[in-house]
Amino acid sequence: MSTLTQATSRFTLALTGLLLVAAALVHFTQLGESEWMQIFFGTSALNFTLRAAVPLILGAMSGILCERSGIVNIGIEGMMLAGAFAAFVAKTATNAWPLMSSLIFAVIVTLLVGAAMGLLHALFSIRFRMDQIISGTALIILAQGVTAYFFDRDAIAEGKFGAIPLPGLSEIPVLGPLLFHKPPLTYGALLLVLVVAFALARTRWGLRTRAVGEHPRAADTMGINVLRLRYLNTALGGALAGLGGGFLVLEAVGQFQEGMTAGRGFIALAAVIFGNWNPIGALGAAILFGYTQAVQNELLLADAFALPRQFVSMLPYLVTIVAVSGFVGRVRPPAAAGQPYATEAGD
Amino acid sequence: MARSQSSVPALEVRQVTKEFPGVVANQDVNLDVMPGEILAILGENGAGKSTLMNVIYGLYRPTRGEIRVHGRPLTARSPRDAIAAGIGMVHQHFQLVPNMTVLDNIILGQETVRAGQIDRRTAAREIAELSRRYNLEIQPEQVVEEQPVGVRQRVEIVKTLYRQANILILDEPTSVLTPQEIEGLFAIMRLLQDQGTSILFITHKLKEVMAVADRILVLRHGQVVGQTTPAESSEADLARMMVGRSVMLSVLKEPRPPGPPVLSLQQVSIANDGGVRTVQDVSLEVHAGEILGIAGVQGNGQSELIEGITGLRHPAEGRILLDGMDATQASPRRIAQVGASSHVPEDRHTFGMVSEFSIAQNLVLNQYNLRPFARRGIINHQAIQSHAAALADEFDIRMTHLDQPAGQLSGGNQQKMVVAREFRPQLRLLVVAQPTRGLDVGSIEFIHRQIIQQRDAGVAVLLASYELDEIMTLSDRIAVMFQGRIIGLVPADRVDRNRLGLLMAGVSA
Repeated sequence: MSTLTQATSRFTLALTGLLLVAAALVHFTQLGESEWMQIFFGTSALNFTLRAAVPLILGAMSGILCERSGIVNIGIEGMMLAGAFAAFVAKTATNAWPLMSSLIFAVIVTLLVGAAMGLLHALFSIRFRMDQIISGTALIILAQGVTAYFFDRDAIAEGKFGAIPLPGLSEIPVLGPLLFHKPPLTYGALLLVLVVAFALARTRWGLRTRAVGEHPRAADTMGINVLRLRYLNTALGGALAGLGGGFLVLEAVGQFQEGMTAGRGFIALAAVIFGNWNPIGALGAAILFGYTQAVQNELLLADAFALPRQFVSMLPYLVTIVAVSGFVGRVRPPAAAGQPYATEAGD
Repeated sequence: MARSQSSVPALEVRQVTKEFPGVVANQDVNLDVMPGEILAILGENGAGKSTLMNVIYGLYRPTRGEIRVHGRPLTARSPRDAIAAGIGMVHQHFQLVPNMTVLDNIILGQETVRAGQIDRRTAAREIAELSRRYNLEIQPEQVVEEQPVGVRQRVEIVKTLYRQANILILDEPTSVLTPQEIEGLFAIMRLLQDQGTSILFITHKLKEVMAVADRILVLRHGQVVGQTTPAESSEADLARMMVGRSVMLSVLKEPRPPGPPVLSLQQVSIANDGGVRTVQDVSLEVHAGEILGIAGVQGNGQSELIEGITGLRHPAEGRILLDGMDATQASPRRIAQVGASSHVPEDRHTFGMVSEFSIAQNLVLNQYNLRPFARRGIINHQAIQSHAAALADEFDIRMTHLDQPAGQLSGGNQQKMVVAREFRPQLRLLVVAQPTRGLDVGSIEFIHRQIIQQRDAGVAVLLASYELDEIMTLSDRIAVMFQGRIIGLVPADRVDRNRLGLLMAGVSA
């Protein structure tokens, strides 16, 4: 377990390092004159990488919180979509407010709606011992139906989060614009990875979460309330997935579109697996998947291929499939993930 | 030996009844344990010992009755309340998170937190102190799944001490230990006792009760049927109380000269599902008319060896000959039908029976495709029914009717059904694994007699068991397995427990 965890963390560091070094080379040396190098490592590609990675990071953190406590969350996609829609509704309803208050209000609403979706999933899986895969799938269908039905196509959200340069840091060449000149939810997502990683390893909550996800009976015999912890983690996970959707509306696009999450919840799930249920590992996977989306985007913009664009558009999904299938045999999911826990005394 | 003069029992159980839907697991149970006393709770499998302990520990709620700790009523709604009252429990199946460290397992649920972080350094110091005081050697930084069973048990005990338990429940603690480890555990129990800890020691092994208990409480069918002390009783008395009638504790077996070899293993190595060779370079011969016992602590390759011999798993190296036929790569059916062999598997529910099938169907699982049970692919139900009726009668299978699903039978009757099917006439080889696990004394006696009958009829018997007593009673020769190898092969009449125990722990003589 621990060696694998280290391996995924090393992958994250290596990938991030590689991209940053390549970006610096493109910026400072003659390599920047090559069109291909610009496509693969130009500032535009790397900026897009992070933007595409943020919802994946938030979705992956959602998956990790749920699954490390033993609840399989296949419904991240639905929670995200619900979050995105909630953010849009909250934003359009408060267009008249000052921009910042309106946006913060929308973030709070999106967290709450995500948490509610998480609680619904917890209720199905814990209270009613429903198959967690089915419950998650139901959430996705629910979110798709409800958001499409209530979506007012004439509504317009006015304004979105803008970049907040961090004083000093944003002045650094290459690194500054790439990492320290970003809107708030991006900073938040990156910070969150460190918080989750720290909390899982070092806090009481983290130890108990891991125990409950691996061997709930052992945790129960030590006086830990297994079901309560699972409710808590699934609700927190729902909130984070919701925020992933909120990011799309409030920071990336500025508007809502039907089905706008477009499979990001599933790619986030792939990032959880690829990262071996470890936050740092999942971050690396999210960056990798974000990067392939960026490359796809740059290739299409530059029109560099004679291939039909649909093939280029497949790229991120192909990389996801290959990456996950290559890793699946070697990762170790939490042992009790997906299994309902029955207790006579604890209910 | 209860040194404390206090007259208030550490633990009192008053009129406790626990009902599950359709079953009364415990009825009006009363018991007392004084501080510093070891109370053995003796009973057969299914007598309600574990249920009672789970009630005391708060994992189950009693239907009726009261539990008091040091005179104060305990309303244990969850283990948390029991822990707070000073009760600790080492479960029969260890409750440890395998991929976490020993230290994390010990502090789980009882973490000291400083500035939001778990204070592992203080915990490590406290654990080292406990480990020294009670002579419980553990390594806090190691991951639990890499530790041997004996160490895991010590971790479980330290877990309870870390919570300052002064009432310790040990549920069947010896079933996974070698004889030497059992001695070590008893020493720890006596040390704890000297420090005033009360111990409830759950077991069905009579020898152990006589060795370590201050007082003995016998449970049968969920009720207390007697209380005694080791000084006032004997193993035979205890067995009678446990079963409710006199039982033969040992089986009579006439010496018999062995015939020619039937099964022969030549330098066989077998890999487990993970590709690890858990059987290494094993060479063995089992002769007609002998019982060869395989002794060893669980997990030393016995299961893979049996699966290799019966065709459920193919050896990575070496050769297996069955009556001269090369059976190394043969299918289970070929080994059973052409090789005239039978297999009573270790895990009866997975490999021994189809729970949803009727008893009659289960009784022909190994020959349903042969005459008279099938002709040109068509099943003959009448033949199956009359075959089943005869076997059920001969093997005393207690059931409502032959079409009853086998899963509804009690464990003992399920095993009798498997034995009835497998112990068929004209066998050459009989492979029996854990034949009496989880059975009551009466069924054990019956199955032991059947095994000896087969041997007397000239069948080569390979018997694998984790119960050393079973191996020693039945075997003509004993092979000891340790880490996948046979590290000793001795005649049964010239060996003592101690020597076998050392071999099982990997100490070659």
